[in-house]
Amino acid sequence: MSNIPGDLKYTKSHEWVRSLADGSLEIGITDHAQHALGDLVFVEVPEAGRQVKAGEACAVVESVKAASDVYAPFAGQVTQGNPRLTAEPETVNSEPYGGGWLMRLKPAAGALEAAEFLSPAEYQQLVAAEGG
Amino acid sequence: MAFIPHTAADVDAMLRTIGVERIEDLFDEIPQPLRTKSLAGIPEALNEMQIGRLMSERARRDGLQLSFLGAGAYEHHIPAAVWAIATRGEFYSAYTPYQAEASQGTLQVIYEFQSMIAQLTAMQVANASMYDGASATAEAALMAVRANRRSKSARILMSATLHPHYRSVARTATANQGLRFEELPYDRGSGITDLAALKAYENEDITALIVPQPNFFGRLEEVDALTDWAHAHHALLIGVVNPTALALLRPPGNWGTSGADIAVGEAQPLGVPLSSGGPYLGFMAARLEHVRQMPGRIVGRTLDSAGHEGFTLTLQAREQHIRRAKATSNICTNQGLLMTAATIYLSLMGAQGLKRTAAACHARSRELSAALGRLPGVRVAFNLPHFHETVLQLDRPVAPLLKALLGRGIIGGLDLAGYYPELGPALLVCATETKTAADIEHYRQALAEALQAARAA
Repeated sequence: MSNIPGDLKYTKSHEWVRSLADGSLEIGITDHAQHALGDLVFVEVPEAGRQVKAGEACAVVESVKAASDVYAPFAGQVTQGNPRLTAEPETVNSEPYGGGWLMRLKPAAGALEAAEFLSPAEYQQLVAAEGG
Repeated sequence: MAFIPHTAADVDAMLRTIGVERIEDLFDEIPQPLRTKSLAGIPEALNEMQIGRLMSERARRDGLQLSFLGAGAYEHHIPAAVWAIATRGEFYSAYTPYQAEASQGTLQVIYEFQSMIAQLTAMQVANASMYDGASATAEAALMAVRANRRSKSARILMSATLHPHYRSVARTATANQGLRFEELPYDRGSGITDLAALKAYENEDITALIVPQPNFFGRLEEVDALTDWAHAHHALLIGVVNPTALALLRPPGNWGTSGADIAVGEAQPLGVPLSSGGPYLGFMAARLEHVRQMPGRIVGRTLDSAGHEGFTLTLQAREQHIRRAKATSNICTNQGLLMTAATIYLSLMGAQGLKRTAAACHARSRELSAALGRLPGVRVAFNLPHFHETVLQLDRPVAPLLKALLGRGIIGGLDLAGYYPELGPALLVCATETKTAADIEHYRQALAEALQAARAA
């Protein structure tokens, strides 16, 4: 049974999104996603300042068996990539919703309204449908 | 002799099973205008006897000339054991087998090759080989664009003293990927990259700088200054190096204050014979921090579940069978056989043997340069140290002289007219350890007579 915190928003491609006090949003991959990937050996996060479009591949999580893209859930500008993951990619496995966050984005005007987020309950259904 | 095991009856049975009438129907989804019925310029098939005869006639035409031609491919002595071992059934394949880990011997050879290349170049990681030096250079430029995340321009500076074929292959191979190449001129007196030309790029966003060592003229570039300039301007430094020369010269990992970022080159000098242009063998090494941007395969040493040492393909998540269209390259281990020969060559020569070979090349090349440079109408073009090649400037066109020499069984070198017309009549000559004092004297005499005959005509 995967862990799906009730205070976050989710995407169909298994990212989670958390609103931060400064108006930016923190993004990571879900517990279900990290479990499906297996032990992560490398994480590539975007550089601060990069402009991303909704749905654009902007980070890569690589495990011993696969490398997957992580997509921007909405358009915006990267304010920070998580620097800790370069040396400790396994943090994504151990703390997917905490220290294992991937990037922080400042949304473009209207970008959040245009985004299609899933509620925790909806994401729970998606995971169940995938056999998780 | 039929090499395809299926009879017409077998094929019919298979087609019936899947409900298709003719094999051609399987290709229905390819639109008619895109289909090629026959290939223009490709003759009808020959049988084994006919092809054997044709090839031996062609091989005889190559002959056994005395060659003073280098220009990127070098004649070296190859110990007889190299190909006796490389052609054993256990090794005699161009590829790593599917289910690579079942072939531990093959993987170990690749691992040893990588270790030797890393040691020769003083870089932290090397891959399982590339197609050749030219395509390795192109791949290094693409890799630099991926690795230098600070640079947005995909602008690559390369010295005009880099092999002309490498420069054109780099442009061709990356033509659809948005890279822009610009050339740095060389100093006419010394034949090396003009450092003053870098001034124009001081405030520009440059992704990488490509520097050959030794350069196409055989001269030694100021690699420390070039490496430091690149790093001071946030560009990566790509060294294109000759593996034999590395036995004597400072390796790219130790250039400048912080060393080159990527080193590539042609490994043909390591046990691969000259053969009408190939197949040859490229190599690539890099700093560890760039390993995930590196093309090609990498073999690692590890322990199995019982604690025994074993070899395995590693970092495969960058590769095309996992990353599909986003793979770092489509290079596999296609030069596996030549890589095997190079590994055996290096292990037979050892560090001391390679050093002695390189020193002998340098000595022969100096003797050649001194002997030919004394002839009337001939002068040695540049004034700095060289490795095993040098440029001679002549008082008349080179092509007729080379033709006259060929008539006497001597390949006299490369006419630079088509590559560096600004040098006037110029000839690139090379001598490796395979040339004796008598060979050099023979060439000197033949060139003297050819010049005399040309003058009299």
